[in-house]
Amino acid sequence: MPAIPFSAEVSGGPELATLELHGDVNAAADDALGVAWEAATDLGAGVVLLDFSDAAYINSTGIALIVQLLADAGHSGREVRACGLSPHYTEIFQITRLSDYMRIFEDATSAATAAAATPAGGER
Amino acid sequence: MTFVDSIKRSVGRGPRTDTPEPSSDVAKSVAGSASAVAAAPAVTAPAVEIAPTDPLFAYLQAASGVVDAERLELDSPALTELRAAHIRAIVPLVAQGELIGALYLGPRLSDQEYSADDRKLLTTLAAQAAPAIRVAQLVREQAVEIEARERLEQEMRVATLIQQQFLPRELPQLPDWQVAAYYGPARAVGGDFYDFIPLPDGRIGIVVGDVTDKGVPAALIMARTQSVLRGEAPRLLSPAKVLERANEILLPEMPARMFVTCLYMVLEPATGRVEFANAGHNLPYVRTADGVIELRATGMPLGLLAGMDYPEHEAVLAPGESVLLYSDGLVEAHGPAGDMFGFPKLRDLMDTERPGSELLDHLLDELHGFVGEGWDQEDDITLVALQRTGGFGLAGLAPAGQILLQVTLPGEQGNERQAMDLVAEAVAGVGLEPAKLDRLKTAVSEAAMNAIEYGSQSDPSIPIDVEVVVRGGDLIVRISDRGLGGPLGDSEEPDLEKKLAGEQKPRGWGLFLIKHMVDAMEIETHGTGQTLALIVHLEGAGDASNPVQR
Repeated sequence: MPAIPFSAEVSGGPELATLELHGDVNAAADDALGVAWEAATDLGAGVVLLDFSDAAYINSTGIALIVQLLADAGHSGREVRACGLSPHYTEIFQITRLSDYMRIFEDATSAATAAAATPAGGER
Repeated sequence: MTFVDSIKRSVGRGPRTDTPEPSSDVAKSVAGSASAVAAAPAVTAPAVEIAPTDPLFAYLQAASGVVDAERLELDSPALTELRAAHIRAIVPLVAQGELIGALYLGPRLSDQEYSADDRKLLTTLAAQAAPAIRVAQLVREQAVEIEARERLEQEMRVATLIQQQFLPRELPQLPDWQVAAYYGPARAVGGDFYDFIPLPDGRIGIVVGDVTDKGVPAALIMARTQSVLRGEAPRLLSPAKVLERANEILLPEMPARMFVTCLYMVLEPATGRVEFANAGHNLPYVRTADGVIELRATGMPLGLLAGMDYPEHEAVLAPGESVLLYSDGLVEAHGPAGDMFGFPKLRDLMDTERPGSELLDHLLDELHGFVGEGWDQEDDITLVALQRTGGFGLAGLAPAGQILLQVTLPGEQGNERQAMDLVAEAVAGVGLEPAKLDRLKTAVSEAAMNAIEYGSQSDPSIPIDVEVVVRGGDLIVRISDRGLGGPLGDSEEPDLEKKLAGEQKPRGWGLFLIKHMVDAMEIETHGTGQTLALIVHLEGAGDASNPVQR
C-alpha cells in the first residue's frame, strides 16, 4: 500500500474539538498536525478528541507527535481523548502508556459523550 | 647441438684438442702449414666452416679416407677457402655415418706429397678419433643441457617462492561463513593468485586472478598486481574503482603480450551482500536454492588498455548459498581423449550443497577422475569457495532457509513503509495471525526507518537491505544499513512521564516498539553498518504472548 499523505480536519466547539486524522501519521504529518492542533485549541475546547478512524499508519515519529500534543495539552489543562484506533494501534498506545494519559474510545460518539476525565491523569 | 655446430667446433675452435697428430711429420706439416701461412708455430689451422649445403660436406661424409684438397674437383666455397689457406689434405671425421668434423693438413715440411703410409695412418687415426670426439661432443652437449635445466629449475624455484610469499598464509575466520581455498600450481609455474583483503569498514575483499605467461615474469607480475590491489582496496573500497586504479598503475609496467585477468569481490559477511567487478576473469558461480547462477560482470583484463571502466554489480548470498571463484586451470584441464573439463561440468558439480572445503574436495576429486592417472597439469588451478552457513548470530539453526524476500531500497525517508508492505506481502503465505502480522509490520517499519535515518542519513543513494527468511521454525526479517550514522547506542528507555515533562525528547520510541513487537531482536554490527534481525516464532503463532500482557 503506498504512503497516504496526512491531513486533518478540525471541528467542534468550546467543549470538545475533534481532529479527524487522515492518512499516515508520521514525520510528514508534523506541520499539518501542528496547524490542526492550533486550530483546535483556538476553539477554546477543554477536550480535544483525536479521531484515528481514517489513520492508516502510525509510526514512532507519529507517536512522538502525539506525545507533543499531550504535553501541550497538559500545559494548557486540556484533556485529550482518542478514538477509532485499530486493535493494533490500541496495543501500541498501551505499550507506550499513551493510554495512561488519554482515554481511548471505540468511536467519536462514545468519546464525545463520556464524562470529563479525572484530574489525576486519565483512566486506564 | 646441430651438425653445423659440431663442424664449427671440430674445425674452427678446437684443432688442438680435436685434431690428432697422426705422426711427427704430419704434426710438423700442420704446424708448418700454419707456420708457412702465418710464420708462427702457435697459429691455429684456418677456421673454415663447411656448410651442410656445401658439396664438400656430402663428399667428406661419404669419403673412405684422406681427401686430397688440391685434386678434388668440386664447386665448393669451403674447398676454395681451404685451398687458399694451403690445405693439402682433409681427413673426414665420421661417426655413425655423420660427419662430425675434419682434420685439415697443410704441406709437409719436406714439401713431399703425403705418402700412402701417411694416408693410411691418418685414416686409421680418424676412424679411432671420430667416435671419441663424438662422445666428447655428447658429454659436452649433455653438460650444457644439464646446466640449462638447472638454471630453469632454479628459476622455477624462485617463481614458486615468489608466489608462495604472496598467497595468503591463512584463511579469514568469518562467523557464519565457511571459507576454503585451493592453489595447485602447474609444473611450470604460472601466475594464478588469490587473496583476502580486510577492509576498514569490516568487509573483506576477495581476489582471484591469473597472469598470462608462466615462470618468473608471470610470478613477478602476479606479485605486483597483488601489491597494487592490497594497497588500493582498503583506500578505494569500491571494486570498480579498485580495478580501474589497478589498471592505471599496471598498464605502463606491463611487459608486452602480458596482462592480468582478475575478479574482485567485496563481501559484507553480516548481510551476505557482495559487490564485484571483473577484469576479464571467469565468472563466479553461485549455488542458490533455485540452482546455480553466474555472477555476470565484464571488463577488460588489467594492463591491456588505458582508461578502462569496470562496471560494478551487487548480489546477496543468502544463508546456505555458496560462491565459487576459480581460475581457468580447472575448466581448461584436458582429459585423456583431449576433451576439456569445461564450464558446464563445473556448473553441474556446484549444484549440490556442500560446505566450502567439501566443495573444493569434490571438485578436485572430479577433476582427477576426469584427467586420469599420469595427468600432466597444464596450468595453475585456483579455487576459492565461500558458503554462508548461517546468520543472525543464532548458532545451531539449520544452515539453509527459505528465502521469501531480498530487496534493496534507497535510503530515503518514507521507504520504511515500502519495506513494511514488501515484507507483509512476502510473508502472506506463512500463516501469521493478523495481530502478529500487524506487530511484525510495525517492527519492520521502525527498523527500516532506523536504517534510513541513521544508517543512510536519509540519503537515497545509500541503500538499505531487507531480507526475509523462514528458518528452523522462525520467521526472520533482517534489515541492514551502511552505518553512516555510526553504531546504535544503548538508547535510554523511553519514559512517557519524562517526555511529557520535557526531560526526554518526544522521539526515541523505535527500538522500544520493535522489542515489543517481535519475539526476539538482535543487532549485528558489520564494520560501521548494522543489521537488525527481527525474529518471530512461527510455531504456535496464534498463542504468541501479547506484548501488552508481558
